[in-house]
Amino acid sequence: MSKYETIIGLEVHAELRTKSKLFCDCSTTFGAEPNTQVCPICLGLPGVLPVLNKQAVEYAIEAALALNCEIQPYNKFDRKNYFYPDLPKAYQISQYDLPLARNGYVTIHVDGKTKKIGITRIHLEEEAGKSVHSGDNILGSEYSLEDYNRTGIPLIEIVSEPDMRSPAEAYAYLTTLKNILQYTGVSDCKMEEGSLRCDANISIRPVGSDKFGTKVELKNLNSFRAVQKALEYEEKRQAKLLDRGEKVIQETRHWDESTGRTHSMRSKEEANDYRYFPEPDLVPVVISTEWIEKVRERLPELPEAKWQRFVHEYGLPEYDTELIISNRDMAEFFEATVKLHNDPKTVSNWVMGELTRLLKESGQAITESKVTPEVLARVIKLVDKGTISNTAAKTVLEESFKTGKDPDDIVKEKGLAQISDTAELEKVVAEVIAANPQSVEDFRNGKDRAIGFLVGQVMKATKGRANPKLVNELLRKKLQ
Amino acid sequence: MSLYQYTAHELRDMLRRKEVSAAEITDSVLERIDSLDSVIKAYVTVTAEVAKSMAKAVDAQLAQGSDLPELAGIPMGLKDNLNTKGIRTTCSSKMLENYISPYDSTVYEKLIKSMSPLLGKLNMDEFAMGSSTENSAFFNTANPWDLERVPGGSSGGSAAAVAADEAIFTLGSDTGGSIRQPAAFCGVVGLKPTYGRVSRYGLVAFASSLDQIGPITKDVTDAALVLTAIAGHDPMDSTSVNKEVPDYTKFLKEDVKGLKIGLPKEYFVEGIDPEVKTKVMETVQKLEEAGAEVKEISLPHTDAALATYYIIAPAEASSNLARYDGVRYGYRSETAPDVLTMYKKTRSEGFGPEVKRRIMLGTYALSSGYYDAYYLKAQKVRTLIVQDFQKAFEEVDVIVSSTTPTPAFKMGDKIDDPMSMYLSDMFTLPANMAAIPAISVPCGYTEAGLPVGFQIMGPAFGEGTILHVAYAVEKLTGARERRPKLPEKGGAACE
Ligand SMILES: [Zn+2]
Repeated sequence: MSKYETIIGLEVHAELRTKSKLFCDCSTTFGAEPNTQVCPICLGLPGVLPVLNKQAVEYAIEAALALNCEIQPYNKFDRKNYFYPDLPKAYQISQYDLPLARNGYVTIHVDGKTKKIGITRIHLEEEAGKSVHSGDNILGSEYSLEDYNRTGIPLIEIVSEPDMRSPAEAYAYLTTLKNILQYTGVSDCKMEEGSLRCDANISIRPVGSDKFGTKVELKNLNSFRAVQKALEYEEKRQAKLLDRGEKVIQETRHWDESTGRTHSMRSKEEANDYRYFPEPDLVPVVISTEWIEKVRERLPELPEAKWQRFVHEYGLPEYDTELIISNRDMAEFFEATVKLHNDPKTVSNWVMGELTRLLKESGQAITESKVTPEVLARVIKLVDKGTISNTAAKTVLEESFKTGKDPDDIVKEKGLAQISDTAELEKVVAEVIAANPQSVEDFRNGKDRAIGFLVGQVMKATKGRANPKLVNELLRKKLQ
Repeated sequence: MSLYQYTAHELRDMLRRKEVSAAEITDSVLERIDSLDSVIKAYVTVTAEVAKSMAKAVDAQLAQGSDLPELAGIPMGLKDNLNTKGIRTTCSSKMLENYISPYDSTVYEKLIKSMSPLLGKLNMDEFAMGSSTENSAFFNTANPWDLERVPGGSSGGSAAAVAADEAIFTLGSDTGGSIRQPAAFCGVVGLKPTYGRVSRYGLVAFASSLDQIGPITKDVTDAALVLTAIAGHDPMDSTSVNKEVPDYTKFLKEDVKGLKIGLPKEYFVEGIDPEVKTKVMETVQKLEEAGAEVKEISLPHTDAALATYYIIAPAEASSNLARYDGVRYGYRSETAPDVLTMYKKTRSEGFGPEVKRRIMLGTYALSSGYYDAYYLKAQKVRTLIVQDFQKAFEEVDVIVSSTTPTPAFKMGDKIDDPMSMYLSDMFTLPANMAAIPAISVPCGYTEAGLPVGFQIMGPAFGEGTILHVAYAVEKLTGARERRPKLPEKGGAACE
């Protein structure tokens, strides 16, 4: 056991999936030619005014409800002032002291333990543009280019309580949070497109202490794994400092993926004074109880509720549950299949195994797949009834995945039905025994494993169509 | 009498009676600008072709016999902080000297719909900061009543143009008195509407919670006419109020019987010019004789208004003007080796001293550690000022005062003394703080022949009431009858 306790809090930024930007009508589509999705308003030209996109507020309410937050009926926007070329107005419209929502939590499952991670607040703000530097950073570059397509896309910032005690918990919190946001559909949460970003705060303290240590903010965390690795590095670095009797400095540190280290960006003294003040160009946002309830009614069943149901109603192992609910469509596919064939564990094996493999190889989403819950349920039933072997079932599924053909037709066309005819199989069994005297000898000498080889030989001779159970029985009978 | 000398409502009637054409009106005013503006220097940009083509369109429509909007064919000018597509919008700043806007402000859009020809863009204090138009980065504008005096500010060009008949009407913007103070100095009518009555979309922001656009006109009827055309809710401005716009000319009548007029004792104190005070009191007496009830009232937080204003307005300005960083448009210092130096040099070189002074004031007021003591406290005092007025309007229909403590001062007199310059707005800025409408109307002249402005403040959305009282003042004092003596040809006066 380490003598230090790690304290972690996370700030997550998620882009909302609105069609238009937070304060103008410009499109939010990703990947357009630079500076084609801009207008006087998001470019911050002299004289323009922001007009709040109500859909963005509604998405933010939805996210907040899904994260068990209290919606603040009266909230307002503020200006966060700082100079940077990707910020056309030189201020970001954000929410400072009256955010949209407060006091939520996320339930995480780590190492068989369940834990609630508190959410301090959620607020709405606008996205900045994107800078491309000819060198490493803006000061070391000959020139920099600015793309304002992203400027003004709505974001929610989700600030957690310092409730996480290990990098693994931080990782679990992030995956759960992402999952919840994806379930509600308010955000794509694509880290590779920058629609989900995370900054981490970490400090350590001697076990048993109730005072927080000096915290360090970590930036440039481009994946959930990066968050975990950076936190792991940082908790060791801080522990070393304390062991040597040195102090942790309050500062922002940059994670370098290639070296696997963090390095200092700026200390607290150099930190920006954002000169927040209420945005005079917007009126306060008043959210009625009716509005909140309307959004609440629309919420889908959330991952945690599914988790509880899958574990307790279906009796699925936690490992299977985590995997299946990590994707809302997959969870729905699973449930639809179970409804047609009530054997949750077998369905889960197929969904997590063969189906996931086929989807990965083809790059398809489960909703695009030709294999529907009906097809999968039918394939499992065919195995169950002994019509086809497990091996043949994989072939049927793959064929149906490619062509969309009916499983029964595939079995017929390909002659995949198992040979359960004893007379026919006895002939093959006799041939195999004759051809493999050594294995027969081994088996008779007590090497039970040799029977497996012989079964395999029969399967080979029948091109996999023999009913393995029956073959096993016949072999044992002959060799006794 | 030349066409440029008429008011908008007179020209409207003449057009409808087909006594004149829109082209003749516009040409007459353009010729006036041509002959006189080298002396007055009201215009930063003259848009003769834009004006002429609109006048042509009006005449064509008139020939077809179709209905015309009220302001059709009435040529006007816009303060140069109102965005006009394809036309320079400079804010009289080196920072935007060559800036051409890609979009129209809502007020200009409305005036285009009203078919009012645009004569050009008018000089102002840089980014609307100042009270004399001496803060223009380009040139000073002269007061038509005395060319050595300032026209007031920040809408000095807008007021001087109307006084000198270089426009039939103009629009200005008013953050602490920038419409009313120059209107008072130039002997014309200037109206600052209720905050939210007119869309601010396309007005280059100075202090967003105080800015309003309003008309500067030759008489009160024109003010009512123009306000009716530009007021109303705008989906592009969230702070514009969704409230029906009445025909404001319907409020105009001479009868003031039974009207309750409040005289705030805090507005008649030491420092107010005795001649100005006399003219204002004479006007009050005339109103009383005409049947109005006059009573003394108190607005106890008046003395805190100036200090409060000079926290809130610069704070908002420091943020609003941060976008002029040389990155995307406007002036950029080309000699900077890196982005940080570029910001510093661009803003040091592009802004004038008054703008820089206010940006520094505002940045300081918002800084961490000072925010509570300055900005937050100022907001609380602002609430007290609002309550002062709300209480007062429970007792009276309008509140009157002089618009300014003194008549127009000489150029150069106050430019090096910011505090005394700031004091010239002490009677006008409370209306901005309280978000209420206020109008300045000429009520008489000093011995030296300088106009004196009479200010009427009303409750929120009480534009009709203040126009009513202003109309009575105009009739009772006859101050509108006197016009500045200006040469027909500008060049001659200079010799
Ligand atoms: Zn836009």
